[in-house]
Amino acid sequence: MCKDCGCSITHDDVGHQHTHGDHHHGQLHSNPQLNDKKTLAVIHKILDKNDIEAQHNRDHFAAQHVTAYNLMSSPGSGKTTLLECLPEYLNHKFAVIEGDLETSRDADRLIAKGINAYQIQTGSACHLDAFMVHGALHHIDLNPIDICFVENVGNLVCPASYDVGTHKNIVLLSVPEGDDKIEKYPVMFRRADVVVITKSDLLPYFDFSIEEAKAQLQKLNPNVELFVVSVKNSDSMNAFAHWITKNLER
Amino acid sequence: MHEYSIVMSLMEQCESLAQQHQAQGIEQVELKIGILSGVEPALLAQAFETFKLETICHNAKLVMNIQPLVLQCRDCDQQSQVDERTIICPICTSNNTLVIDGEDMMLMQLVLDT
Repeated sequence: MCKDCGCSITHDDVGHQHTHGDHHHGQLHSNPQLNDKKTLAVIHKILDKNDIEAQHNRDHFAAQHVTAYNLMSSPGSGKTTLLECLPEYLNHKFAVIEGDLETSRDADRLIAKGINAYQIQTGSACHLDAFMVHGALHHIDLNPIDICFVENVGNLVCPASYDVGTHKNIVLLSVPEGDDKIEKYPVMFRRADVVVITKSDLLPYFDFSIEEAKAQLQKLNPNVELFVVSVKNSDSMNAFAHWITKNLER
Repeated sequence: MHEYSIVMSLMEQCESLAQQHQAQGIEQVELKIGILSGVEPALLAQAFETFKLETICHNAKLVMNIQPLVLQCRDCDQQSQVDERTIICPICTSNNTLVIDGEDMMLMQLVLDT
């Protein structure tokens, strides 16, 4: 039923369905001037269903003492590479839910490094939603792990609108993309709990200004934490790994 | 282009509300779209017009009220409305603010044919 970009995915394939309370109570007001029309004041979030499912995922993580992080960025900014390198710096065991339009290449890369990973292929959908992540959770054993990373579809726009049921949002911005991406994609950077500037070993070759990136974040999301990371620099990786550990749900 | 999946969620809500209130159809759908909700109103309108045909909304008019940011400043204690995508208080330039409105997309009102 995806008519265009295919974002609207039916979720009939989810192993089991949970019924949640109907939150849709509106109030009817008759309009005295028109007998057969009724104005119904509703006021609820359009993505209400997704948000309920997201909370359900969070409860599921919490029950298993797992902290979940949602990794978002443009394609090619280094999400998978960062995850590949993290075991060296983290004492906690983690698994990864991968979202891509096609192929299981990213999951294969992680599995090759001994990381438990499950690939969601979204077809042509531009983001993961809470239902897709729920479906993937049936394929991941949360028992032996402390952390679950959700590597979202590479896209700085659509994933920002969907709560997938993780605890914190990690947004990556690679040096070659340019510091202006923060200003260009404000919703994504506003939703971030931490911003990781990746490929920092390329800073000498690009006009990327860390100061400018900081200044833009100040206008949008002043309390966000910022890390400047290169997977080739172990100090920077240690600092970021420390943030992950510090933010574990207790 | 996640506007299509947002419209699908919206249609589901409309269908279930119409059913709940025994409505024959929906004449108008009124939304509030925050400027920091991550939705492009023009694309949303286009998606609505495309998808509505096969739903109870097929005759519905879409009304979108664009909601600017409403900031409560923790420093100067003033509330202000901002049309730019920044959370800086326009009165005292502090960034120690609370965003009260402008980040959500909400279904606000339906006009039902009963």
